[in-house]
Amino acid sequence: MSDTQVDAARHQDRPLLEVKDVTKTFHVAKSPSGNNRLRALDGISLTLGRGETLGLVGESGCGKSTLARTLMMLERPDAGTVLFDGTDPFEMHGKELLAWRRRVQMVFQDPFASLNARMTAGEIISEPWRAHRDMYRSSKDREARVHELLHLVGMRPSDARKSPQEFSGGQRQRIGIARALALDPDVIILDEPVSALDLSVQAQVLNLLNELQDRLGVSYIFISHDLSVVRFVADRVAVMYLGRIIETGTAEQVFDSPRHPYAAALTSASPRLDRSSGGREKIILRGEIPSPLDPPSGCRFRTRCWQAQDICAEKVPPTDQAPGSPLHLSECHFPLDTIRVRSGELTPTS
Amino acid sequence: MTAVAAASGRSATHDVVLEVKGLSVTLRTPRGTVRAVNNISFQAQAGQTLALLGESGCGKSMTAKAIAGLLDPVADVDGGQMILNGQDLATMNARQRRKVAGPQLGIVFQDALTALNPVYKVGTQLGEAFRIHQKLSARQARAKAIELMHRVGIPEPESRVDAYPHQFSGGMRQRILIAMAVALNPSLLIADEPTTALDVTIQAQIMALLKSLREENNLAVVLITHDLAVVAEEADTVAVMYAGNVVETGPVAEVFTNPRHPYTKGLLESVPVDAVRGSTLSSIPGNPPELHNIPSGCVYQSRCPLVQEVCRTTRPELLPVRPLTATDLPAGGSGADVRPAGVVERAAACHFSKELAHV
Repeated sequence: MSDTQVDAARHQDRPLLEVKDVTKTFHVAKSPSGNNRLRALDGISLTLGRGETLGLVGESGCGKSTLARTLMMLERPDAGTVLFDGTDPFEMHGKELLAWRRRVQMVFQDPFASLNARMTAGEIISEPWRAHRDMYRSSKDREARVHELLHLVGMRPSDARKSPQEFSGGQRQRIGIARALALDPDVIILDEPVSALDLSVQAQVLNLLNELQDRLGVSYIFISHDLSVVRFVADRVAVMYLGRIIETGTAEQVFDSPRHPYAAALTSASPRLDRSSGGREKIILRGEIPSPLDPPSGCRFRTRCWQAQDICAEKVPPTDQAPGSPLHLSECHFPLDTIRVRSGELTPTS
Repeated sequence: MTAVAAASGRSATHDVVLEVKGLSVTLRTPRGTVRAVNNISFQAQAGQTLALLGESGCGKSMTAKAIAGLLDPVADVDGGQMILNGQDLATMNARQRRKVAGPQLGIVFQDALTALNPVYKVGTQLGEAFRIHQKLSARQARAKAIELMHRVGIPEPESRVDAYPHQFSGGMRQRILIAMAVALNPSLLIADEPTTALDVTIQAQIMALLKSLREENNLAVVLITHDLAVVAEEADTVAVMYAGNVVETGPVAEVFTNPRHPYTKGLLESVPVDAVRGSTLSSIPGNPPELHNIPSGCVYQSRCPLVQEVCRTTRPELLPVRPLTATDLPAGGSGADVRPAGVVERAAACHFSKELAHV
């Protein structure tokens, strides 16, 4: 018996998802410099706890979607490990793999493109069970569960018979969420789930996502470019730039006292509603994200950084711990420390 | 050269450049004719940014297209005036409008990739305005194009003038579109969601560029957007649109701190500003009405928390509202004359806008 107790205890400490030094390279057409290897992910490490939300922010081309696809096992990493509940899904086969796939689901950005127009809402939500046949064996059970799921996402049972065209964007996104929930997953990857929605509807869906997490204890990886949204949903945040996580910490740590200049610029450049900050000078970066085919040497942000020195071109910056906050990490030779992180007040969860 | 001379001679005042009065646009659809824009009025002043704010389908882009004369064949201007520098665009024929488009009015679209022609060099597309309106030669137009690219911050314009649109990044394409719009020094620039497709750091660059162009040329900018934060940071005045109607208008700072229409209030509360993680965000229930199904009373009645019987029977007009302070003039006086010149007056289309001031 003690064995199972130890097991259970380990179960508690261990993060649900552990990604270590994952690298993914794509072979593409040659760039002007003759390189044809695009390193979309370059040594990504992250963890995700049970019932936790990790916000993933970064600009287009930074590798967010490749990371999401890797976690869905749609891409196989070249190097590094992905541990889900202590086991590597890339080592699994057959039934074991099928059972694993149930545990990670995804909600897509565009609710107009991600639902099959020829199916009814009920068929869309129950389709995952066609692959996972043992979940609900009778059609009666399936129907009851579809109604339950629709209710869970704030829709009516009668909506099961309607087709996607009959719904608004917000309702469609609810159907997408119900489909992701159909397999009782442990992790849902939300890829820009509200950016295609109107503001008034966006708030409804964000509330729903928070409520579902409270009720079901599901973990989220929330990909978004809207920092105010990420701040509202995320416990921890990871900022990506050119295939690397350049800063990670709690939402407060990263947004209020960023250590990496890019995280600071991103926070500063995001438009804000509160005019009290209207007088603030925005950090406006020079230039654009370099091509991931020819990333800069040393620190990959140095071509746009206002405080770059010679060392930034020569050496990849080491991982730096913010003083007093061991889980607030950044990769910069000269981390910003204008705003002190009040240690103790912020205890990151993990 | 005359256009440039006239532009530099323009003084930095807040003259009304564009006045839209009672503009309506109808749309012929398979389900009958619907009104996409209903009797809206606003002013754009030189050196200022007016934001047309609203969610998808509210008619903000349709309004921009009507002003620019770029309505789809199924859409028609159905009454109203659009007075640009003293001339009513609504009464002009196509030929007259083409003469105005460029020298007086420029427009920047959201999607730069579809707005640019993929088979022509950007220099050719940039130079077109000079060739048509100023009858410049190809060589002169090319020189002008380089100058423009320089002005909007495109690096190495001499070598990039002969590149094609696909060879530029999204941010650079948007700069090219902006360059085309301001090529002939217009007095009015319409920017239709100019940064929606761009990343945050690039969006900041583009907004900074628009701001500097506005200041240098005393441009009147009409910024069409759905993003409240962009409005808060970039615009001087705002007109909030809902289901084809302007429901509230006024200086941004006032409208956003003390909204007098429940829709504006609901929108502002939907933005997660300093929202505590895990708390419930206030949201507006339901969805906007469809255009062929707009209720006869107030357009916002189905989602409004303050709805009363009168809202279902009578559509509220857009009427001046003033801050209810002690120094306020007696009710019934005209709100317009208590404001300093150049300040846009506040108005809201709600039966209960007075009550909202106290909430």
